[in-house]
Amino acid sequence: MKTLSRIYNVIIFGLLYFPIIMVIVFSFNSARYTPMEWKDFSLQWYEKLFQNEEILNALSVTLQVALISTLAATVIGTLAAIGIHAMNRKLRRVMLTINNFPMVNPEVVSGVAFMLLFVALAAVLPVFKPGFFTLCIAHVTFCTPYVVLQIMPKLRQTDGRLYEAALDLGCTPLQAFFKVTIPEILPGILTGALMAFTMSLDDFAISYFTAGSSAQTLSVTIYSMVKRPVTPEIYALSTLLFGTVFVLLLLANIGQVRDISRRSKRARR
Amino acid sequence: MKKKSGMLAAPFGIWMALFTIVPIGIVLWFAFTDANGQFTFDNVREIFAFDPSKGETLWNDSFVSTILYSLWLGFLTTVISLVIAYPLAFSISRATERVQLTMVMLVMLPMWMNFLLRTQAIKSLLSESGLLNQFLGLFGVGSLEILNTDVAIVIGLVYDFLPFMILPLYSVMVKIGKSEIEAAQDLGANVFSVFRRVVLPLSVPGILNGITMVFVPSVSTFVISTLLGGSKRMMIGDVIESMFVGEAPNRGVGSALALVLMVLILICMAVTRLADKSESTEEGGFAL
Repeated sequence: MKTLSRIYNVIIFGLLYFPIIMVIVFSFNSARYTPMEWKDFSLQWYEKLFQNEEILNALSVTLQVALISTLAATVIGTLAAIGIHAMNRKLRRVMLTINNFPMVNPEVVSGVAFMLLFVALAAVLPVFKPGFFTLCIAHVTFCTPYVVLQIMPKLRQTDGRLYEAALDLGCTPLQAFFKVTIPEILPGILTGALMAFTMSLDDFAISYFTAGSSAQTLSVTIYSMVKRPVTPEIYALSTLLFGTVFVLLLLANIGQVRDISRRSKRARR
Repeated sequence: MKKKSGMLAAPFGIWMALFTIVPIGIVLWFAFTDANGQFTFDNVREIFAFDPSKGETLWNDSFVSTILYSLWLGFLTTVISLVIAYPLAFSISRATERVQLTMVMLVMLPMWMNFLLRTQAIKSLLSESGLLNQFLGLFGVGSLEILNTDVAIVIGLVYDFLPFMILPLYSVMVKIGKSEIEAAQDLGANVFSVFRRVVLPLSVPGILNGITMVFVPSVSTFVISTLLGGSKRMMIGDVIESMFVGEAPNRGVGSALALVLMVLILICMAVTRLADKSESTEEGGFAL
């Protein structure tokens, strides 16, 4: 039974990673065009990548949008979670339903709705002309719910009396907030922020409808390339991004695993 | 003090009202008005109408058939993902804490490679001269035409959304204690009845969350279908997209279609939720 499930896991993970390995392998291929056919090893796409304005530009837009919207979503989401937590049952339900809506609503519908909104607003306020600003607004909107959802369970585990104790001991509400509430829910805030960042980087559908021509994200640029043949520079860039995340996650993972074994060692003693 | 901290949610409330409720209101408005801003049912009627003189039937080439086709592919994707993900999620949840961390990381990692590129890679894998057919050729199986069929679309969808099924399943299964399973075994349950009477009932919330997280994006996808399915047949997402950015845009009909898609998905979700007697909406559902 055990070996059977192990074989199964290896097969599924193998399938999950096969296309990714293909992208990585073909970033080192010298031939230019898809259909992917291997010619010789070459690093030329990595060199060309750093001369490709369009891709580098898109990368910088993507990272800026992701950073800005993660920051905004984390602040709005943290405050929202604390506020919602303090509400009565009925109101809390309403707020959580509103919160879940962007996650359950199909992305095409959200994208189209944003597009119509920004077109209507741009007629009155020119800032809403599709571009960097509208991208950020849209990203904050779909990232915030993830932050709220990560923090809510942490708040449920906290002891409300600690905050009151801090007040009794002479903290101002603001001090108590930063010294008691925030540290208690920090893990939730951090995972929420990480999820928001991931969602923002990975988004295609909503960016596609809100980006306009002035600020294109990476996935929108890739989409315009998928229609014509993809240039291998984009494979090179994706390999670099993927490699970076892989190394970071691996380091985080090693840290966590060490933590666990230290804990279990201590427990054994 | 309690009342005051409720106000902390105010920025969120205003933001959500402005950027999720108002936009949906605008979609509604476009769906029910004509070019002159007059109230009309024409857009909605156009979706449910079909023109037999053009060879359209309810099952062929009409908007309704596109919607049914998308729901069908979404259904297939969800069922296949569930079947593939369930044993995997379970075996992750039974591993040691260390292995669990690593496996969860491995499940999430593919999401960091742009899905369009992964889909592109699948496209070349499935193509006539692709690796899959070369591999099958070794066994003397003739080349299969998978690309540009429904099979290719479902493969792509399952591939892309599988992590969204594995993670919610895992996060529920990890809470099933070893003792619960052992107790059942001690009481004489065999493998099958342990599964049916202990593991399955306890993993229902995860199954429902997984279904939601796979069904919604796969029904409404608009890129994977065109990349893998060719241009023979569009899914509902493709049609909506073409109504807004295509060569012959029609925002009225597009909005009406978006509305129909939204309502259909909300109905499907409500039906799914009926199966869930616990109060998982309060929990907010899925958590990593």
